[in-house]
Amino acid sequence: MGLVPGLIKGLGVTGGTILRTVFPDGLKKPIPAPSRGAETVQYPHEKEEPTPRARGVIALHEENCTSCMLCARECPDWCIYIEGHKEKAPPRRAGGKVRQQNILDRFDIDYALCMYCGICVEVCPFEALFWTPEYEYSEPRIADLLHDKSRLSEWMETVPDFEDYEAGSEAKKLKVPPT
Amino acid sequence: MISSILASWNDDYWVQTLLRVAGGLVGVLLIAGTLVYLHLFKMVSFMQSRLGPMEAGPFGSLQLLAEVGKHLQKEDIFPRKADRFVFAAAPFVILASTFLLVVVVPAGPDAWFISNDVGIYLGLALSSVSVLGILMAGWGSANKYSMLGGLRATGQLIAYELPLILAVVGVVIQAGSMNMQTIVYAQANGEIFGWDGIGNPYILTQGVAFVIFMIAMQAELTQAPFDMPIAESELVSGYMTEYSGMRFLLFFIGEFATAGVFAAVASVLFLGGWWAPIPGLEIDDNAWNLLGPLLLIGKIVVLTFVVFWVRFTFPRFREDQLQRLAWKFLIPLALANIVVTAIFKVWI
Amino acid sequence: MTDITDRQQLKYIAAQAADARVNLELETEGMTLNIGPQHPATHGTLRIVAKLDGEQVIAADPVMGYMHRGYEKLTEVRTYPQVTTLINRIDWLGSFANEVPFILAAEQLMEVEAPPRAQWIRTILFEMSRIANVVLFLGDMAVQVGAVTPVFFAFRDREHILNQIEAVTGGRFHPNFDRIGGLKDDLPAGWVAETKQVMKKMRAFCDEIETLVMGNEIFQARTRGIGVIPADVGLQYGLSGANIRASGVDWDVRRDNPCGLAYDQVDWKVWTHPDGDSFSRFWVRLQETREATKIVDQLLDTIPAGPVMAKVPRIIKVPAGEAYVETENPLGVMGYYVVSKGDLVPYRVKIRSASFNNMSISPWLLKGVYVPDIITILASLYFILGDIDR
Repeated sequence: MGLVPGLIKGLGVTGGTILRTVFPDGLKKPIPAPSRGAETVQYPHEKEEPTPRARGVIALHEENCTSCMLCARECPDWCIYIEGHKEKAPPRRAGGKVRQQNILDRFDIDYALCMYCGICVEVCPFEALFWTPEYEYSEPRIADLLHDKSRLSEWMETVPDFEDYEAGSEAKKLKVPPT
Repeated sequence: MISSILASWNDDYWVQTLLRVAGGLVGVLLIAGTLVYLHLFKMVSFMQSRLGPMEAGPFGSLQLLAEVGKHLQKEDIFPRKADRFVFAAAPFVILASTFLLVVVVPAGPDAWFISNDVGIYLGLALSSVSVLGILMAGWGSANKYSMLGGLRATGQLIAYELPLILAVVGVVIQAGSMNMQTIVYAQANGEIFGWDGIGNPYILTQGVAFVIFMIAMQAELTQAPFDMPIAESELVSGYMTEYSGMRFLLFFIGEFATAGVFAAVASVLFLGGWWAPIPGLEIDDNAWNLLGPLLLIGKIVVLTFVVFWVRFTFPRFREDQLQRLAWKFLIPLALANIVVTAIFKVWI
Repeated sequence: MTDITDRQQLKYIAAQAADARVNLELETEGMTLNIGPQHPATHGTLRIVAKLDGEQVIAADPVMGYMHRGYEKLTEVRTYPQVTTLINRIDWLGSFANEVPFILAAEQLMEVEAPPRAQWIRTILFEMSRIANVVLFLGDMAVQVGAVTPVFFAFRDREHILNQIEAVTGGRFHPNFDRIGGLKDDLPAGWVAETKQVMKKMRAFCDEIETLVMGNEIFQARTRGIGVIPADVGLQYGLSGANIRASGVDWDVRRDNPCGLAYDQVDWKVWTHPDGDSFSRFWVRLQETREATKIVDQLLDTIPAGPVMAKVPRIIKVPAGEAYVETENPLGVMGYYVVSKGDLVPYRVKIRSASFNNMSISPWLLKGVYVPDIITILASLYFILGDIDR
């Protein structure tokens, strides 16, 4: 093979790629099928499946949220806007103390600013925020990229279950609360 | 009455000229469009594991029309310091050389534009007019990048004219004439050592000249590995940098049209042009007039496939390496080929 | 295309000197060409002001700073997890590699050691980001020299690595996965087997590039003997990584100072080349990519079981002190000098980025070369603007 100049071998590589793309089943079945042989995906006619851990959009489980403001504080971009107020709730059993409850008025995430870093999901002590792999929420107006409380709760339906871990791991698998 | 009108058209000089001009324009543009689709949109995409444009028309076949429409609606920009006439005229000069080159290519026994005894010589002379166009584009853009591109192109194109011409001389010696139609007939009626099954396509006896011609053709088209004048990663677009909109499209179509026309010339000189050995059938001239252009287009597609395959695979030469290749390697080789051909022709 | 003898070189120099004398007499001016900041060749917004004489460069000065984002100032007002998010974006092609030296420096200050499983997985992801980064270089240098197809192959095969990184961390380009004391999460089931398949594909890609680009005579003619960096000059200018290894200097921070990463548990080799020209820089990086796939394979076979995070408090306050950690990043040696005064935020972080020092040799290196060689040399030095400007 030392006699074949590198130029011809290089042409062989690209020629081979043409053949592999046009005839993905090999030359034994010479039916041209480039749509299958190409490595690209014709979006939006076909879509790729992102992995379950992919950071697409953040979903809010409202019942767990206590307006502790940790996520809004830790966000590097300050794109989470939380407003809440305290209400008196009846005591748990008769004759007990009157409880205080935090009611969430407003929980907005501005996806025009969000860096998709995941610090908010990580620091939440009450597991109220979850990642989902949904990515098709682009809007013609930037203002529509501010997802409010109801929209964030809708994203909870798309949250996939947490995956099992590899062998040898000591991490505990978390559960997604049912919607 | 109609038949008498048609008969008079056959003899009328102006009607014939008009028909040939229209035929030339349409033929060149259609071939350029086919080559753009087949090679630029599809072949290179398959080479890169992708599909290319698929949205405009079935399998992206109308993409070129979409691009024409897109370019037509762009603003016509002139750089402020540019010489307006030179800047505007440059793409037309290059296109003119392409359309003039196609008139020497015969497409059938009676389907030719002109047929005179300096055919190929005239064609090569006309093709070198494009050097002027490139230099005009480079200078008229008032841009240092374009100037560099134009100067590089001039040096390269003049250097590679010589191997191109010398490679053709071998064919002319073997055919005995510079008339393109005679060259086709010489290949059709020729024999290889007494066997005339497939005629005598000159690619067999003039293989060295064919390779030299293809390399020189690649350089004349400023395609990689000889695309220093364009050199996208250095000079942005070389002499084409300041052109946008329809003017850029003229360069773009011109590039593919020139590739097609050069490939047509190469297929006439080396592959037999509109003639192919079809065993068994006796084909008369009228049928050849219909079959010939199709065969010629098939040969053009094959040769341009090789040209674009090489273009999209290889890196580019540096300017001095390019010149060294032309002057120190290709020209001596072509001269040696002429000497050997002449010896064979005279003594054997 | 052939080698130039000494006598020919002397003749050429004498001819140039004679030309220069004529130029002085005729007062011909050189041309100043401005390459960039918007240009297809510079990897981002780099500007080079080149004074040309015909096609030869008399002087070339890089002007940097068009992409300065103020990272070092930003780190003074961001907490440690927020800084980890930001520094992903310095070298955006091998992004996990940016987090590692910072986290190691912070762990030194906190006197916390990450458990062995975390160090293993950190090393695996570090090497995968090296493969992702250098695979793009292999295609990119080909496109700078003129061949357009290898870069498509590079992007196509890089997708496999990015998919694997996404499967673990959730982000393809910005993993944000390293934490002080370990990693954010553990590996999902099936990841080890998939990654082994991906490493096979990357080795196949390396073979393809070797045939298509490295074996190509035109590529060799464009890069052999171009941009020769002698070893001592390279060391004086602070070159690091594959640039200095291609000049014959056997220096690799992974082997000499692994700082807890799992390189000493694996059998691997440091590649050097004696020539110091652009071709040898390409060659060294190709061999390093193959070596990285072998390292990842060995590490995948021997991941120890255990926790992936040490015991650290929820709110991280790093005690006062200073620490400097360098690692062998894909572009060269990257170091973080972290000064802490005991707060939630660092007091000062100095980022020693590899490409800034690698670029400093360009005025010396680009003198006297032709215009096409500027592009070849800059491509072979391989810098990323985010790394130069921060």
